[in-house]
Amino acid sequence: MNSKLRKLLNEAISSQYFSFFVTVILFLVLYAVGIMTYKGFMRPQVFFNLFIDNAALIIVTIGITFTLLTGGIDLSVGAVVALSCMILASLLQNTGVPVPVAVLAVLLLGIFIGGVQGYLITAFNMQPFIVTLAGMFFCRGLTAVISRETISITNDFYVSIASERIDIFGLGFISIGAVVALLSLFIAAIVLKYTKFGRTIFALGGNAASASLMGLPVFKTRIMVYVISGFCAALGGVVYSWIMLSGYTLHGLGMEMDAIASSVIGGTLLTGGVGFIPGTLFGVLIQGVILTFITFQGTLSAWWTKIVVGALLCIFIIMQALITERKSKLSSKSSIEAAKQ
Amino acid sequence: METLKKITASPLFLPLFALAVLLIFNIIFVDGFLTIEMTDDGRLYGRLIDILNRSSSLIILSLGMTFVIATSGIDISVGSVIAISSAVCCTLIGGSGDGTAEYPMILAMLAAVLAGVLCGVWNGLLVAKFKIQPVVATLILMTAGRGIAQLITEGQIITVYYKPFAYIGSSIPGNILPTTIFIAIAMILLVTFIIKKTSIGLFVQSVGINSTASRFTGINVTFVIFLVYAFSGFCAGVSGLIESSLIRAADANNAGLNMEMDAILAVALGGTLLSGGKFNIGGSVIGAITIQTLTTTMYALGVSSEQLPVIKAVAVIILCLMQSSKFRIMFNNWKSRNKVGPQGEKNFLMDEKAVNKA
Repeated sequence: MNSKLRKLLNEAISSQYFSFFVTVILFLVLYAVGIMTYKGFMRPQVFFNLFIDNAALIIVTIGITFTLLTGGIDLSVGAVVALSCMILASLLQNTGVPVPVAVLAVLLLGIFIGGVQGYLITAFNMQPFIVTLAGMFFCRGLTAVISRETISITNDFYVSIASERIDIFGLGFISIGAVVALLSLFIAAIVLKYTKFGRTIFALGGNAASASLMGLPVFKTRIMVYVISGFCAALGGVVYSWIMLSGYTLHGLGMEMDAIASSVIGGTLLTGGVGFIPGTLFGVLIQGVILTFITFQGTLSAWWTKIVVGALLCIFIIMQALITERKSKLSSKSSIEAAKQ
Repeated sequence: METLKKITASPLFLPLFALAVLLIFNIIFVDGFLTIEMTDDGRLYGRLIDILNRSSSLIILSLGMTFVIATSGIDISVGSVIAISSAVCCTLIGGSGDGTAEYPMILAMLAAVLAGVLCGVWNGLLVAKFKIQPVVATLILMTAGRGIAQLITEGQIITVYYKPFAYIGSSIPGNILPTTIFIAIAMILLVTFIIKKTSIGLFVQSVGINSTASRFTGINVTFVIFLVYAFSGFCAGVSGLIESSLIRAADANNAGLNMEMDAILAVALGGTLLSGGKFNIGGSVIGAITIQTLTTTMYALGVSSEQLPVIKAVAVIILCLMQSSKFRIMFNNWKSRNKVGPQGEKNFLMDEKAVNKA
C-alpha cells in the first residue's frame, strides 16, 4: 500500500504539470479560505474583479513567459508599461491624435523596444538581464523626460472604452481590458502549443546548441521572443491605462517581479524549456486573491503584497529546484533498475 | 605608436579617460569647479570635495558588486538593501525632536550593517545553495526590500535630529575632510588587503571563468559564491549608513534609488567583464568616481534625477557592446574594409598577435 502510494506520488511529481496542479490547488484553497473568512468573497463579482484588476498583469506575464521559456528574462516590462501609459496620455491630452492611432503608435513602440533589446542580446551575445535592466532604466527615464507630473486622460472616447462593462450571465461584469487579456492568453496558448514557432521556443529553451544543430531558426526566434515581450508589455500598458486613466513615471513599478512571479508560480522553469500558459493565469490570480485579502482586511499596508509575492516566488523556485533534483534522481534510479533487469 | 597602444590597452585607461573628459568639461563650463574653500568651522568645501563625498557610498557599493560580477553573478538588490539599512539605523536612533538617541548610535550603526549582511546572506543562500539565477534571486529582495524598509519605518520618513549621526555624512568636528572619504578608503584598504593576503580573489576569478573546473580543482564554489553575496550585502549596509546620514533621514522609497545601475555601470566602466572572470578593484573605484562626476555634471546641466537613468542606460549598453567580442570582430572587419587593402590586413594581423600575447 505504502509503496503504491509512493509510486503514485513519484509519478505525480515527475509529471510535467505538477507545478500547475499545485498552483490550481493553492488558488482554490486561498479562495476557500477567503470565502470562509469574509462574507463579501462569495459574490461572483469579486471573482470577475480579479480579471479586471489584473488584466494588464496577465498580458505582461504572457510576454515575459515567452522570454523565460528561452532561458532569457525581460526586466524592462514594468517600465515599458509606464512609458506606454505616459505616451498615450500625452498624445491624447496634448495633441489631436485619434485614439486608434495613439494606441497603434504605442504598440509599435513596444515592438521596437523589444526588437532592439532582442537584437542586442542575440547578435552580440550580451546577457539578457543587463540589456533589459538598461532597457528598464531607459524607459523609466524616458517617461520622466516626457513629463514628471501625472497626466490624466480625459478623452471621452477613451474613457468610455475604459468604463465599458460587459455583462456575464447577469452574475457580474468584466471590462474590455479583461477580454483583451483572455484573448491574448488564448492566442499565446495556441501559438506555443500548436505552431512551429512555439515548438522552436521550447526547443531553444531546452538546449540552444542542439536546437541550432537541428536547423531551427535560433537567431530569429530569440529576437522574436523579445519582440513579443515588448509588444505584450505595450499592450499591457494600454490596458493598464484603462484602469489608471493617467500617465505617471511610477506606473507599473515592480511589475516585472509580479510578472516573473506569476509565470514561475504557474509552472515556468526559470532555466527555460518548460512552461504552461494556463498556469500563468493562475499565477496572476493567486496574486490577485492575496491582494483582495489585503483590501478586505483593511488594516494591512499594501507593502505586504510585495513581500508576500516575493516570498511566494521564493517558495516556488525552491520547490522547482527540489523537484528537478528529485526527477534526476528518479530517472537515474529507474535506469539502474532497467540495467539490473 | 607602441606606447600609445600600451596605454590604451591598460584596463584603467577607459575610466580615467572618461573621468578626464568629464573634469575638463566641468572646468570649462561650470563656474568655480576647482575652487576649494575653508569654512569657518575648519572644513574644506567645494565641488570637488562634494563629488568625493557623494561618490564614497557608490565606491563602497561597487567594491561589493565587483566581486559579485566577477563570479558572473549580479546583485540588483543593493538599492533596496541601502533602504533597509538606513531604515534600521534611523529607526533605532529615533526621530525625537530634542536631539537625543533612543539607542546608542554605535549600536544602531552595527545593527544597520548587520541588516545589510543578513540581506546579503539571504541572497547568497538563494544563489549558492538553491542555485537560483542571480538576477531573479536578487530581484526578489529588490522589490520586496523596499516593502520591508517601509514596514520598519512604518511608512514614515524618519528624520534624525541626533547631532553625531550627521558626522558620518559630513565631517567630525576638527576634521577637514568628510568622514565618508575615510570610510571609503578604509573599505578599499580592507579589500586590497584581503586580495593581497588571501587567495579569495583568485578563487573568485576562477569561479567566474569556469565554476565546474574550479570545483574539480577543490575550490568550494558554493561557499565562494555565498561569501561574495554576503560581502555585497555588507557593502550595501555600510552605504546605507552613509546615504541616510547624508540626508539625516530614512526614506524607504528613495534611499539608494537607481544605485544598482550606478554600481553596475561603475564596475563595467572599471574594466571588469560583466560575463565574469578577471576583475579590477582599482578600475571600479575610479569608475564609481567617474559615474558620480557624471551625475553631478548632469545635475548642474539641469537634468532631473528621474531623467538621468536614460543617459546611464545608454552608457551601459555602449560599455557592454565594447566588451562583446562579437561586436569587436564586426567593428574590426568594418575598419579593415574601410582601409586600403594591405594596411588593413596588417592591422588585423597585429591585433591577432596582441590577442595571442594576451
